Amino acid sequence: MIRFEKRKDASKLFTAVAPFMSVLFALLTAALIMLFAGINPIAAYAGMIKESLGSFYGVSETLVKSTPLILTGLGVSIAFRMKIWNIGADGQLYMGAMGASYVALYSGLTGITGIAVMLFAAAVAGGLWAGVSGFLKAKANVNEIIVTLLMNYIAIAWVSYLVYGPWKDPSGFNFPLTPRFSPDLVLSTFFNTRLHTGFIIALALVAIVYIFMEKTVWGYEIKVIGNNPKAAKYAGISIDRKIIGVMFLSGALAGIAGFGEVAGVQGRLQEGISHGYGYTAIIVAWLAGRSAIGVLVVSVIMAVILVGGDSLQILMQLPVAFVNLFQGLILFFILASDFFIQNRPVIKRSGK
Amino acid sequence: MIEILLFATIKAGTPLLFATLGAILMERSGVINLGVEGLMLVGALTGFAAAHTTDSLLLGVVAAFFAAMAAGAIHGFICVYLRGNQIVSGLSLTMFGIGITSLFGRSFVGFTIAGFSKVEIPVLSKIPYIGQALFNQDVLVYASILLVVAMHIFFYRTKTGLYLRSVGENPGAADTSGINVGLYRMSAVLVGSGLAGLGGAYLSLAYTPFWVENMTAGRGWIAVALVIFAQWNSTRAMAGAYLFGGINAVQLRMQAMGTSLSPHLLMMLPYLFTIAVLVIATLRLEKGSTPEPEALGTAYDREDRK
Repeated sequence: MIRFEKRKDASKLFTAVAPFMSVLFALLTAALIMLFAGINPIAAYAGMIKESLGSFYGVSETLVKSTPLILTGLGVSIAFRMKIWNIGADGQLYMGAMGASYVALYSGLTGITGIAVMLFAAAVAGGLWAGVSGFLKAKANVNEIIVTLLMNYIAIAWVSYLVYGPWKDPSGFNFPLTPRFSPDLVLSTFFNTRLHTGFIIALALVAIVYIFMEKTVWGYEIKVIGNNPKAAKYAGISIDRKIIGVMFLSGALAGIAGFGEVAGVQGRLQEGISHGYGYTAIIVAWLAGRSAIGVLVVSVIMAVILVGGDSLQILMQLPVAFVNLFQGLILFFILASDFFIQNRPVIKRSGK
Repeated sequence: MIEILLFATIKAGTPLLFATLGAILMERSGVINLGVEGLMLVGALTGFAAAHTTDSLLLGVVAAFFAAMAAGAIHGFICVYLRGNQIVSGLSLTMFGIGITSLFGRSFVGFTIAGFSKVEIPVLSKIPYIGQALFNQDVLVYASILLVVAMHIFFYRTKTGLYLRSVGENPGAADTSGINVGLYRMSAVLVGSGLAGLGGAYLSLAYTPFWVENMTAGRGWIAVALVIFAQWNSTRAMAGAYLFGGINAVQLRMQAMGTSLSPHLLMMLPYLFTIAVLVIATLRLEKGSTPEPEALGTAYDREDRK
């Protein structure tokens, strides 16, 4: 009979290989499901790899998609450090996109000042949107998971309202789109691809968040609260203000992701600017563990799956939501692998 | 007018009622399940697919229950036996549900079926105002109301119900007194997931008898919020579900009557309302003794027992 015993220390070997094994098992399981749905999984995976990594343009598209993932992933992960769940990065991204678009369309600012104000407005809009749930959590202990999640639906409906209504391009043949931003308010792109300066901003923020978490008092206090709220209280750390502050920062990062999507990718505000980035961000943050660098690495891996998944829409007429299947499966296997990191099998003879 | 609105209220509230009852059952055992949205989608698609292929609504309902149960088993296994993080597992279940139904749902888009039809209960349906709303509905509505009563009896009048509650409150003590914590929790997750699946099936078999991708539109999340509003109590769950059904009904009515308000703004109402209700419910909880199961969201490991 096989029993499981707790390991004294987490297995180093398992810890190192678990994320890769989880992705591998998830891909195998997804392959079985695809077979069952009458899709050739080998062709599907070959297509995914070819589209996302097989060409210069493919790689650039992967980096384009990794940009919002890095930003929302950073946001979710700093909240995680305090054991706060921000499931609303998607909505915060939309609100950030709205903030940036408002500046671009109605402020009259131009050039680099305009872009800087757009970035700032996006961060504030996303931050305030997340701050609401931070405030409710801090002051009334309202479950932040449910509030952040429900606010996604509200934010998406709000942006739809704007692009169908007051912000609609009058000369846009009634399509739900705002007018194009003036060209000097659109981020420049590299080497004839869609890769925009937002990617550089995301990389810079990885470094900034790393320094913030590891080298500042604020970052230290956040980690103390996350690890031991009682000790934090005795040490005189104001937990309520930290919750609101961290939620604001978390949302601000997601808001900047929204800025990148409208100013870098679309050049205008429209529906569907997020391909569920805010949800993928949860996987990014969970897989990355405690590190900002980890967020960067996992974001790129997730972007490969997103770009590959998108290409299946064209190659095999698969729905976009199909990538959710991969994401769910990867998380399932990560959770299962945690068990084997913490426990080891012991074979015992049954009976005596 | 009031009669029409009440009728629509009950109909719109029923999928939420099934899902909320399922979530209550799971949470009472100490397992939180954020995968309700995914389970509802699995139920909606399987129910529709089975009913469409076999021409039997009953088979649709049965298939929805068991398919959601199977999907929920993943969550149960991870949370109960592998002691994994319940929040992450639930979120994964929602992603899994969205993904797998989008894949298998492709071949069912664009079809409709003859959904559940009304069954009028004589005499009672003649009661003014509420008669038509409550007693001239389809059988699933009646089933959901019976389920509310059954769950109340189960929790407060049966030994198994008492054991289940004790597993959610203090699994260590329950274990000591010989209750199989894992078995109770797993069973609660299985049946609860099945009920969430029925909520989805109500959407695709009665409410709007067709399948579209992501047709639950966040109802699973509203159900999770309603559990807190209902204070883990099945009768209060009914009040909560119909409250939201009411908002939905009013919103749809306003759209149908051609109000000048944007449909996108009206669409926000149920979510705004859920947040407001959640805040009020939480504030009320803080004051008195909390009905939240003590061990909610925590894995039980016998080795950690104190």
